[in-house]
Amino acid sequence: MADEKIRIREFLQRFVRTTNLQDDDDIFASGYVNSLFAMQLIGFLEKEFELKVEDEDLELSNFSSITAMTAFIGRKKAVTVGG
Amino acid sequence: MDIELTSQQKEAWAAFRLFAQKEIALRAGEFDREEKLPAELIRTIAARKFLGGTLPEAWGGAGMDMITYGLLNQEVGAACSSTRSLITVHDMVAHAILKWGSENHKMKWLSRLASGETIAAFAVSEPNVGSDLKSVETTATSSAGAYRLDGVKRWITFGQIADLFLVLASCEGKPTAFLVERDRPGLSTTPIAGLLGVRASMAAEVKFDDCVVPEENLIGRKGFGLLSVIPTALGLGRYSVAWGCVGIIDSCVRASVEYADSRRQFGAYLKEHQLIQQMLTEMTVNLKAARLLCCQAGCLKDAGDEREVMETFIAKYFASRAAMGAASDAVQIHGANGCGAEFPVQRFFRDAKIMEIIEGSNQIQQILIAGYSYQEQVRLAHELESFSNSECFSARATDKK
Repeated sequence: MADEKIRIREFLQRFVRTTNLQDDDDIFASGYVNSLFAMQLIGFLEKEFELKVEDEDLELSNFSSITAMTAFIGRKKAVTVGG
Repeated sequence: MDIELTSQQKEAWAAFRLFAQKEIALRAGEFDREEKLPAELIRTIAARKFLGGTLPEAWGGAGMDMITYGLLNQEVGAACSSTRSLITVHDMVAHAILKWGSENHKMKWLSRLASGETIAAFAVSEPNVGSDLKSVETTATSSAGAYRLDGVKRWITFGQIADLFLVLASCEGKPTAFLVERDRPGLSTTPIAGLLGVRASMAAEVKFDDCVVPEENLIGRKGFGLLSVIPTALGLGRYSVAWGCVGIIDSCVRASVEYADSRRQFGAYLKEHQLIQQMLTEMTVNLKAARLLCCQAGCLKDAGDEREVMETFIAKYFASRAAMGAASDAVQIHGANGCGAEFPVQRFFRDAKIMEIIEGSNQIQQILIAGYSYQEQVRLAHELESFSNSECFSARATDKK
């Protein structure tokens, strides 16, 4: 999980112009979310963590922070393992 | 990044070029004058699986990789930008359904889109809404298990003949995407004639007047139209247009070389005059650069790399500007002949101008790419830092001591 947080933070650092991004900081509140960022974020999560973002996953709460995204990845992987 | 084409890609390229030059290019002037594509050409294109080309074979598509798909758009675009734009808008809708559609959406539409039985169009632009999509004025009001759409869409490519529209509407104040069949009561279309370019793209105004669609026609989540469905469609559309621009540049180079090789002034062929050579050089170099940028975007798309989003923006921005420059120089090289109907360069010029406006105007591209430049610097710095810390680098540094 720590590794996932590091990778997510590295990705977000390209968009969020601060070196002090905390795990629970709301990235939507920062104003960086637009349609391009959403597409890039989805693409990053799908490739980096080998998962597929489905229509039903599109809840802002799944992507609002590093912690939220890590939890989302965990749930997706659990579904994949469970079959 | 390996950008050498495979033998299958080269075979496909050759086939696309042969088809486009034989079946489309010779009649493109006629399509432009008559402001329509003949139905039999659309059927022929569909029969060759040039519509929905990237759809998986399981859905009846050709399952093209992104480079092959780009080459298709390049060759059709070289022959006729209007014909290429049919592929663009149809595939934008197919791609959005593949990525974000429910199983019912996929079952109902994908094989029909792959076969061309259903022609699709992208209905987002409005009289007052172009770049600023979040200000969409068409509304979708929820009522008794259905949605009522009201509003007007304008500049809808192939709106005159599309059977299915991907529509962006404001639902409870949030941008939301819907699939709307042509035969829904309350949907009407009016042809738009006299366009500057892509005149045969059969554009239309699409009006929704108390047009009721069932709940299941909503695609993607309510309120997420501009965060998922529409940008997915636009991402493919932008890529298709970028390659179409490469086709325009290619046609300009070929036309200009042929003309300069045959026309004499002041006792010499035009190709021997240095200022003509200068223009030929510019379009030749820009052709190669535009194609490389498109290839890069395509490779990243095939790899599922999120960088493809911005690299596609860059490819389209460069290719559309280069197409406009090439077409302008092609007309200049042809002189007065370039202004007449006998030579195709005047059509390339008019079509190229449209490419600088659609699928993200140049000005919007400039704003977005400027923001991306920071992201790229951060990403590259991080990537290089990881290599400078690697064991391999350390070992080689030790060897040199």
